[in-house]
Amino acid sequence: MKFGVLVFPGSNCDHDCYHVIKHVLKEDVDFIWHKEERLLDYDCIIIPGGFSFGDYLRPGAISKFSPIMKEVIRFGKEGGLILGICNGFQILLESGIVQGTMMKNRSLRFICKDVYIRIEDSNTPFTNQMKRGDIIKIPIAHADGNYFADEETIRDIEENHQIVFRYSTSNGEIIDEANPNGSLQNIAGICNKEGNILGMMPHPERCSEKILGNDSGLMIFKSILKWTEGKR
Amino acid sequence: MIMAKVYITLKNGVLDPQGKAVQHSLESLGYKGVSDVRLGKYIELKLTDIHRRDAEERIKEMCERLLANTVIEDYRFEIEV
Repeated sequence: MKFGVLVFPGSNCDHDCYHVIKHVLKEDVDFIWHKEERLLDYDCIIIPGGFSFGDYLRPGAISKFSPIMKEVIRFGKEGGLILGICNGFQILLESGIVQGTMMKNRSLRFICKDVYIRIEDSNTPFTNQMKRGDIIKIPIAHADGNYFADEETIRDIEENHQIVFRYSTSNGEIIDEANPNGSLQNIAGICNKEGNILGMMPHPERCSEKILGNDSGLMIFKSILKWTEGKR
Repeated sequence: MIMAKVYITLKNGVLDPQGKAVQHSLESLGYKGVSDVRLGKYIELKLTDIHRRDAEERIKEMCERLLANTVIEDYRFEIEV
C-alpha cells in the first residue's frame, strides 16, 4: 500500500510519520510538498503535526489554502483515507472536512505529555485492529487542542458515531480529571460522516516502536493497512 | 485607497480562557469591578484597486473565508476612504 505524507512549511512530525510507515510498517511512502497540485495513486494521505505556517492567524487557517489541499479534499470525497494528526487535525477542521474547531487549551499552556485515550469506535479504517473500550497510552503535544463545536454539531457527531477517541483515565473513565485541554466531551479524535477521514490530537507516530517504550500507536497504522488490504 | 479595520471577537457563550486570565491579572493589580474581559484580534487592511461600494462585500468575503473562524468568532469592520 502507498502512503503520502503532506509537508507544509512548519510541519515537524512529517519525518516521524515517514519513518514509522517506511521502517516499522514497511510500506511505501512519499513526502508531498504542499505546493504540489496532483496526488499520485495513494491509498492514504497523512497530514502530520507541527506548526504549519507558524500557526499564523489560527492553527491550520493558512494551510487550508495550499494548492495540495484541493486535491486532498477531492481524494477524501472519493473515499480515500486521510489521517490528520495534531496540526493535521487542525487543518482538517479549518478546511471544514471534519466538524468543529480547536480553541486554546483551557490551561493556556502548551501541553506535552502522555495521556490515555479510550477507543470509542473500532469499526473504522483507523481503529479496526483495536476493540471498542480499549485504552491506550499516547503522547499529546499542543497548545490548541480544546475541541469545540455547537450543541447541534456535537449531537450530530455523537449520533453518527463519529467520535473515535476520548481522553480517559487509565481505567477508561471519561471524567474531567482525564481531560488535558478542556475538549468538549473529552473528544480526542473524530472522523467525518463517511468515516474515511480521521482527525486526532494525540501522536500515534511518536509511540509506534518498542524501543521508544510504547508502540500502542502502531495499531492505528496497522489498522489502515488491514483496511486497505481488505478492500483489494 | 481604502483602509479597513477588522475586529474579530469570540462569540457570546464561547469560553475565553485568555480573557479570564487577563481579568484575574487586572484584579490582582487591584483593579476592582472588572466584571468580564474578552480578547479578540484587530486586523488592518489596505485595499487598492477597489471601489468603495464593492469594498464591503469583498471584506465580508475575506472575513468569512480566512480572517475569522465563524464557528467560534464574530467579526465586524469599519471602512475608511
